[in-house]
Amino acid sequence: MISLEGIHKHYTSDSRRLHVLKGVNLSIDDGEMVSIMGSSGSGKSTLLNILGLLDTYDQGAYQLGDTAISAGLSEVKAAQLRNRFIGFVFQSFNLLPFKSALENVALPLYYQKIGRKARNYRAEKLLDLVGLGERTKNMPNELSGGQKQRVAIARALITDPRMVLADEPTGALDSATTDDVMAVFKEVHRTGKTIVIVTHEHDIAEQTERLILLKDGQVER
Amino acid sequence: MSLDALQEVWFTLNQNRLRTFLTAFGVFWGIFMLVLLLGVGQGLKNGIEQSFSSDVRTSMWISSNKTSLPYRGLPQGRHIKLQESDVDFLKNQFTEINIIAAEEPLGSNFRADIYITYGQQSGSFSVLGAGANYFKIKKNQNYHYGRRLNDFDEADARKVVVVGTKVAERLFGNEYNPIGHQIAINGVSVKIVGVFYDSGWEGRMSERIYMPLAAFQKTFGKGQNIGSIAVVPHNGVDNIALSERILGMLKERHKISPQDNTALRLFDLAKETEEINNTFAGIGLFLWFVGLGTLMAGIVGISNIMIISVKERTREIGIRKALGARPRQIIYTILSESLLVTLIAGYVGLVLSVGLLGLYNWMTNEIGLELPYFSHPEVDIHIAIVALLVLVCVGAVAGLVPSWQAARISPIEAMREEA
Repeated sequence: MISLEGIHKHYTSDSRRLHVLKGVNLSIDDGEMVSIMGSSGSGKSTLLNILGLLDTYDQGAYQLGDTAISAGLSEVKAAQLRNRFIGFVFQSFNLLPFKSALENVALPLYYQKIGRKARNYRAEKLLDLVGLGERTKNMPNELSGGQKQRVAIARALITDPRMVLADEPTGALDSATTDDVMAVFKEVHRTGKTIVIVTHEHDIAEQTERLILLKDGQVER
Repeated sequence: MSLDALQEVWFTLNQNRLRTFLTAFGVFWGIFMLVLLLGVGQGLKNGIEQSFSSDVRTSMWISSNKTSLPYRGLPQGRHIKLQESDVDFLKNQFTEINIIAAEEPLGSNFRADIYITYGQQSGSFSVLGAGANYFKIKKNQNYHYGRRLNDFDEADARKVVVVGTKVAERLFGNEYNPIGHQIAINGVSVKIVGVFYDSGWEGRMSERIYMPLAAFQKTFGKGQNIGSIAVVPHNGVDNIALSERILGMLKERHKISPQDNTALRLFDLAKETEEINNTFAGIGLFLWFVGLGTLMAGIVGISNIMIISVKERTREIGIRKALGARPRQIIYTILSESLLVTLIAGYVGLVLSVGLLGLYNWMTNEIGLELPYFSHPEVDIHIAIVALLVLVCVGAVAGLVPSWQAARISPIEAMREEA
């Protein structure tokens, strides 16, 4: 289970101190598929970054399974935990342009010091799972937006993470492709993964089990 | 570095070929030019050194000419002839003298104008009588066959000669050993006992024939006159001061005005050597300056490219961090890339430049290519390796600073960078 209690986060921008998260409380069960919605500036991306250990919080408590995540978590420790427990899917895909689909998917395992052969074997399996078994050697610029996002999902899954965090995963896709990508998320969810999707699209939120609504730095419901 | 890490580094480099090429070329060019310039400098130095004769470097040669001033009732324009007795006189007067020897040419001292024959073969060469101890001064002569002239040859006035390689080649062909054969000098038969190579005047001193002075004087009716006296002082003696005193004494002996600067001529090899060495020290310094300048340009080039490269890759670094790369791994990856590029490019630069110098040496040996005052360019490989290591270290440090900064930046901010 993932739980956040009284999470606060401030940013300083142009010498102004912004209070972005104002005591966020939430819990997400293992295997749950939730969406986080909120208007622009509500703090949903900040919340996702804290959940994904891409950013630290100032005050509160964060429990990721058995691991208590401290407010001043070091970058080294964060990198290790990210690599083991969390898979990311970004709106802009964030694939490395000079690596093929297969190599992009396999990359997180490189940082776990897993050999190339084993990495590629697992990456091929996952690309098969997201329906891109035939495109393993394609470079990102040879793939459509939907295909790129499916590669990103496969990459997020390769370390067998506890949860997958997706930041506006369909934001750059047309509606047909959005459906494809959501189908993949649902498929992944059926394997028991926790999935957290930040979105501003109601259609997407409705396809998840629970909606967490953020307003002005707090969970409204 | 593991094979897997090496593959990852190679893969990234291969995918960013222009950037890799630019970095590599900076390193390559820096090392290539430095080694080449140092090699050329050494080649020039070797070339000049080869053109020195094989005489002891501290030797002084005194020869005589016409007087330019009247003195004690004697007119100007008088021909001064040095005598063999002058040699004994100077030896007794100056304890500073280590070796002293006399030399007398048959014709001109500097022109190869004596007709020499062997069977049907003939040629014109210089012939000189060489007094006792003469070959202690020509100590760097390289004997291809036989031996030097010695004290017994002189004492017994033997009609034997040593000939230069060019004489032997002309009369006997390239590979033939002429020891024991008789050649005729102006019709007089003499036996060859040695064949030498003398690098002086770019090898033209190997067109000479030397005969013991006693036999020479007898054979060619030369009396006691000698053309030159060679003096080698003991170590630590000031050549200039000694030469002034010797000239003063000889002027007195031969009734030459102390102000007459043309009647006796002095060639001080030590002074000549020093002047040439100073010139080459200057050229060497200049080549180092240019070489280091090129190296510096390479260093600045690598630094710039590394900084730009890391900046360009901020987003990539952010993605890698989000996927679990630790800061150390980011730094390690970037450093490995820059080290691999600089090492390979530097190595290629080193090999190519050393190869080019080697090619020149090969062409010199195999096809006889020769440039004047340039010989056997070579480079102290230690200097080249140190230069390469400096470049590699600088490349590493140049990459370290921006990659350390990039590794510290938060992945979210890094991923916000435009691709």
